[in-house]
Amino acid sequence: MELITEKMLEVKNLSCIRDDRVLFKGLNFCIRNGQVLLLEGKNGSGKTSLLRIICGFRVQDEGELRWCNTALKDSEYFAQMAYVGHLDGVKKELTVIENLKMSLALSQAGRYSITQALKKVKLAAYDNSLVQSLSAGQKRRLSLARLLITKKSLWVLDEPFTSIDKEGIKLIESLMHEHIAQGGMIILTSHHDLNLTETKVQKINLSICH
Amino acid sequence: MSLTTAFFAVIQRDLILAFRRRTEIANPVFFFILVVTLFPLGVGADPNLLQAIAPGIIWVSALLAVMLSLDSLFRSDFDDGSLEQMLLSSHPLTVLVFAKIVAHWLVTGLPLLLVAPLLAVFLGLPEQALGTLLITLVLATPVLSLIGSIGVSLTIGLRRGGMILSLLVLPLYIPVLIFASNAVEMAGNGLAVDPQINILIAIFFMSMVLAPLPAAAAIKMSIT
Repeated sequence: MELITEKMLEVKNLSCIRDDRVLFKGLNFCIRNGQVLLLEGKNGSGKTSLLRIICGFRVQDEGELRWCNTALKDSEYFAQMAYVGHLDGVKKELTVIENLKMSLALSQAGRYSITQALKKVKLAAYDNSLVQSLSAGQKRRLSLARLLITKKSLWVLDEPFTSIDKEGIKLIESLMHEHIAQGGMIILTSHHDLNLTETKVQKINLSICH
Repeated sequence: MSLTTAFFAVIQRDLILAFRRRTEIANPVFFFILVVTLFPLGVGADPNLLQAIAPGIIWVSALLAVMLSLDSLFRSDFDDGSLEQMLLSSHPLTVLVFAKIVAHWLVTGLPLLLVAPLLAVFLGLPEQALGTLLITLVLATPVLSLIGSIGVSLTIGLRRGGMILSLLVLPLYIPVLIFASNAVEMAGNGLAVDPQINILIAIFFMSMVLAPLPAAAAIKMSIT
């Protein structure tokens, strides 16, 4: 596996205000190759808002984000970043394969082929079924399979373990571990205790970032 | 993958989706047919009167049919997060939005084009106007999808955006309506229609170049 070149996402003095309420203020962090950042905090503490700022959906109220020392807009950040959020981003009228083909068309091919990725997330038997016939957990696995078929170094995951069974959680942790071992980076929120041995996990608690 | 691949992949995906939700394709066409058939029932079956108002009826109905179908352009993609994923793609959103508009036209504009001649005959439109009617539809139905895309992307964040959408979009459809129905009417009277057609061509190219840009910008604004 090729070594991903040195990458870094830097967040400086970030603030987010929602409806006159300061969610967080003066947030600084930096994430490099092979690092995991876990965002913690109560419900409504701004975890998802922070992730959506990192994705470029929301505009921050203060501060800046830099990718490899350049502003996000001028860098190749969006070619390097993948997001799995509350919405699965899969179409229920399409088959599993058709959905993944579409994701592939929107970015660059990654380390696994579609068939390999489906085997990895244990959906190989469902490749030609419509997504609407899948369960919530299976849909979640499908949207995580998207991460495997595309070549992205930064994974931004919002509650990736929602509606996934114990076995699936182990599976996703092993996939995350593999990604980190190959020099990827992960930013995630999770209420589930993360079990990533051998990897140092940075933690930020947003409830105390005022 | 390359931008061209992505462009055609989006079109292909939307066509497959439209095929799997067949009723959605059928609805605007049936609406179009139904509205046109209502007019003879309402104003009476006087051939001269119908012939005189036929271009207007066909064009207003086509316009309303396209407007009804506009919401499907981005709604489901917005609701299930596919639009977020498109926004995150390294390809320019403008091109992906344009692909979606092309697919929308193929699914709604094109069927209107196929049934319009039948309805024209039904209303007693003179034969020499049929060609012009088709030309105006070919040129102007894509414009309806293009201009409509701006309105939909602005109202996509609103739960009940239907009414605002029509208030936003219908005024912008007026030039198309004026030139297109006027061209058909003039052709029916055996007059030259080159100026109207030229203006419609100009509107077509202008909206093709200009509409996807604000539509993409509005989508970026709607997703927060």
